[in-house]
Amino acid sequence: MKGIRLLKVEHLTKVYEGGTVALEDVSFEVPDGEFLAIIGLSGSGKSTLLRCINRLIEPTEGRITWDGVDITAAPQEELRRIRRRIGMVFQHFNLVHRSKVLTNVLQGSLGYVNPALSIINKFPKEQVRRAYEQLDRVGLRDQAPKRADELSGGQQQRVGVARAMMQNPQIVLADEPVASLDPVLAHSIMQYLEVINRDDDVTVLCSLHFLDLVHRYADRAIALKDGHLVFEGPPNEIDDEKFKEIYGKEAERVG
Amino acid sequence: MAEPTPTKSKRPFGRSVLILLAIFAGVVVYAYGFSVTDVDLSQIRSETRREQLTRVMRALARPELVTYERVETNTDTPFYMPCPPGGFTPPEVDPFSRHITVDPACTEPGGTITVHGENFSPNARVTVYLVPPSGDLELTLKSGLIADDTGSFTVTVDTRERPSDQPQTIRVKTREPIGSIFKPVTVESIDPNTGATVVVRSPRISKAALDTWDKIIETVFLALLATTLGVLIAVPMSFLAARNLMKDITTPLIKLGLQLVAAPVGVAVGVIAARWAQDISGLLTDSVLLVLLGLILLPGLIVLALRWAFPAVELEPPTLGLRISRGLVLFVAAVASIVVLFLSASLLQRFGDWVAPRLGAFEFLGAFSTTIGDILAAIITVIAALAGAGVLVNLAGKLASWMRNHLPDAITRPLAVPLVGLAFALVAVIIGQGIDWLYQIGDPVKIIWVPAAVGAAFGMFLAIRAYKREVVNIGLTVYYMARTTFNAIRSIEPLVMVIVFVVWVGIGPFAGSLALALHTIAALAKLYSEQVESILPGPVEAVQATGATRLQTVVYAVIPQIVPPYISFTLYRWDINVRMSTIIGFAGGGGIGFLLQQNIRLLNYQAASVNMLAIAIVVASMDYLSSRIREKIV
Ligand SMILES: Nc1ncnc2c1ncn2[C@@H]1O[C@H](COP(=O)(O)OP(=O)(O)OP(=O)(O)O)[C@@H](O)[C@H]1O
Ligand SMILES: [Mg+2]
Repeated sequence: MKGIRLLKVEHLTKVYEGGTVALEDVSFEVPDGEFLAIIGLSGSGKSTLLRCINRLIEPTEGRITWDGVDITAAPQEELRRIRRRIGMVFQHFNLVHRSKVLTNVLQGSLGYVNPALSIINKFPKEQVRRAYEQLDRVGLRDQAPKRADELSGGQQQRVGVARAMMQNPQIVLADEPVASLDPVLAHSIMQYLEVINRDDDVTVLCSLHFLDLVHRYADRAIALKDGHLVFEGPPNEIDDEKFKEIYGKEAERVG
Repeated sequence: MAEPTPTKSKRPFGRSVLILLAIFAGVVVYAYGFSVTDVDLSQIRSETRREQLTRVMRALARPELVTYERVETNTDTPFYMPCPPGGFTPPEVDPFSRHITVDPACTEPGGTITVHGENFSPNARVTVYLVPPSGDLELTLKSGLIADDTGSFTVTVDTRERPSDQPQTIRVKTREPIGSIFKPVTVESIDPNTGATVVVRSPRISKAALDTWDKIIETVFLALLATTLGVLIAVPMSFLAARNLMKDITTPLIKLGLQLVAAPVGVAVGVIAARWAQDISGLLTDSVLLVLLGLILLPGLIVLALRWAFPAVELEPPTLGLRISRGLVLFVAAVASIVVLFLSASLLQRFGDWVAPRLGAFEFLGAFSTTIGDILAAIITVIAALAGAGVLVNLAGKLASWMRNHLPDAITRPLAVPLVGLAFALVAVIIGQGIDWLYQIGDPVKIIWVPAAVGAAFGMFLAIRAYKREVVNIGLTVYYMARTTFNAIRSIEPLVMVIVFVVWVGIGPFAGSLALALHTIAALAKLYSEQVESILPGPVEAVQATGATRLQTVVYAVIPQIVPPYISFTLYRWDINVRMSTIIGFAGGGGIGFLLQQNIRLLNYQAASVNMLAIAIVVASMDYLSSRIREKIV
């Protein structure tokens, strides 16, 4: 995977059905292999932005291109092919509780395998082997046969990461992946993302609440405020003034 | 509430007027209700009604579970006619055993006497005879007499002109049940049909009980079949009626037009393919060996074809040439699959016919095989038609995508308008055919051209309306159609539905099963779909984000979440179906209800009581069973 590919967001606007403008004219670029943090207050549009990239939410206006391919214009079939290279990790893990851990990880291969066979829960041996490998990476191989809801929050999020890795992604979108975890667990999950970013050369877009995490893990950060892009640059450029601009006058800096 | 003070005193008055009016309206409503429901307490107080009620309630309280063989017993007392000189004193009687007394103990020939009996069976039917001294003649004095609840009776009768100075006999005959549940006896009895003497037990299980057993089994299986069939169809249907799954399904106008046109063509292709397959399998079915050979070889070939056409992992989009050859191979595989279905149907039928006479009591297993083969053969054409429609709709979708990607908007968009018009015209013509079938109009202008024109106009109107957005929300349309259909079907009680099915398939449990199944489909599809609507959206989103297809998303993110509520609703419906199946027979749907209705019509309340008892036991035990299963599983 050589050569600089770009994820390009151009003039992205999202207006929800009720009329809420969640994003307005947001443009930025993410070069291949970058770890980009997305910060902003609650309700500033971080989740909306990430979901527009793999079109879990349809953008109202604007274009998102990746390596020259227009994601926003892709028809269903092509969209599936694009989605399978974009892993996603969620704040609330979004595992299928009643399914086995292994099945949850195998879901990451659904975009690749024979649809007819996967319907009857038959996966190629190669994919099952890879699923165990991903579980191994997050240290949960022996939990494979358990039901997903029997795991702790931190373990569930590691399964979430393994599921995303199962897709063999070139981009990982992480929507506040550590917001429901304690600080120690938070770091362990962030470290998995860091490894993925560094060793597998995966572009990571990660929305975060804590600036120390941003400083510690991100190459670059963008900040949203009320759906507008208000900052773009390396994390250490977020000084007190920028901070107040992003989080409002009243905000106190923690961490 | 914003302007408090000025109107304050007025409002309570207005309100009390309103309340008075409301009370008055309520009185009127209930008065009218009483009058239309014939509330009439004089009926309740009427003496004859009370007697009837008592009789029926007592019969109901004595379910005729066993029947006693009855034997004729005589109770005699000596009697003089005319009185002997010096009069006649009848023998002493034991007040605690069965006896009769005659008053007066002797009379002039043809005189009137009063016969009094005690300690007979309650409500026993007795006949009073005069037996002259020779002892070989019984002259009926009174028949059809019924003893009271304590087994006593008193009757005043005229004797006959049969003077004799010898003692005569007054005889009371009664048919008495013999044996008891704790001490059954065997007796000889004459079979009323053949006249032959048979040995029977008394008491024995009554005919009512045996019939009830037969019918209650029928009832439970009726409920089972209806529930199974209903669940099998309701599960896939429920996804169509779930808003959260359907609302995002949109389709470009041109795709919709092409697909709507393709669907009937696909049905035709499917039917033709099924004919071919039937012809091909017709060549093989003469010989069992060929059938078996076909059943072994063809599936292998089909699997190979599928393996080739759907590789396990596909990284690059296939080329057009590859796609076309895949399509051809799949078509051949499809025809081969239909052949396999026909062969299986034939094999099942043959096997059933062959094995049934050899199974003795388990003959029904053979008949089952034959019937399943029959059903399979009957639905193959339907399956093929649906599959054909599915394939062609899919191809039309591909064609539409290709057109949208390769042709300029200026061509595809306007093209959609006549296409959708054509599609709606087709649909309208099909509806026209249905109307013609019902009302026998027979005029081609009215049943083809007018609907076609109206459909085309309507379709084009819709297309032009959707022109700007270019996509239509087909998912929501299907959702609303499914919802409406389910609500309409649900509102018709199975007891009413069964009337139509009785006409179609005849009186009996089959009609009942179909009616209950149809209602089950509609009711469960609605309940199920509400469960689908309440699942967590997160996992669905997550699976979608991996690039899964819609079907994969349903299988991996939706189904695991709905298993527990689906099971619990299925059990709930099973309870309802057991209840319904006990009365669906009232409308000809088979099961115990049929028997119950008959017994009530014939005023045979003791038998009806057995039926009700069985219903109560079955309903209660099934309730218990399903609640236990629910506890275990959910
Ligand atoms: N499905 C929806 N329908 C309507 N409005 C929505 C929807 N989802 C989000 N919004 C609105 O869009 C805006 C942006 O929401 P979004 O979830 O993207 O914010 P966020 O930055 O992710 O917030 P948080 O940090 O709390 O997750 C908010 O005002 C929210 O109320
Ligand atoms: Mg969010």
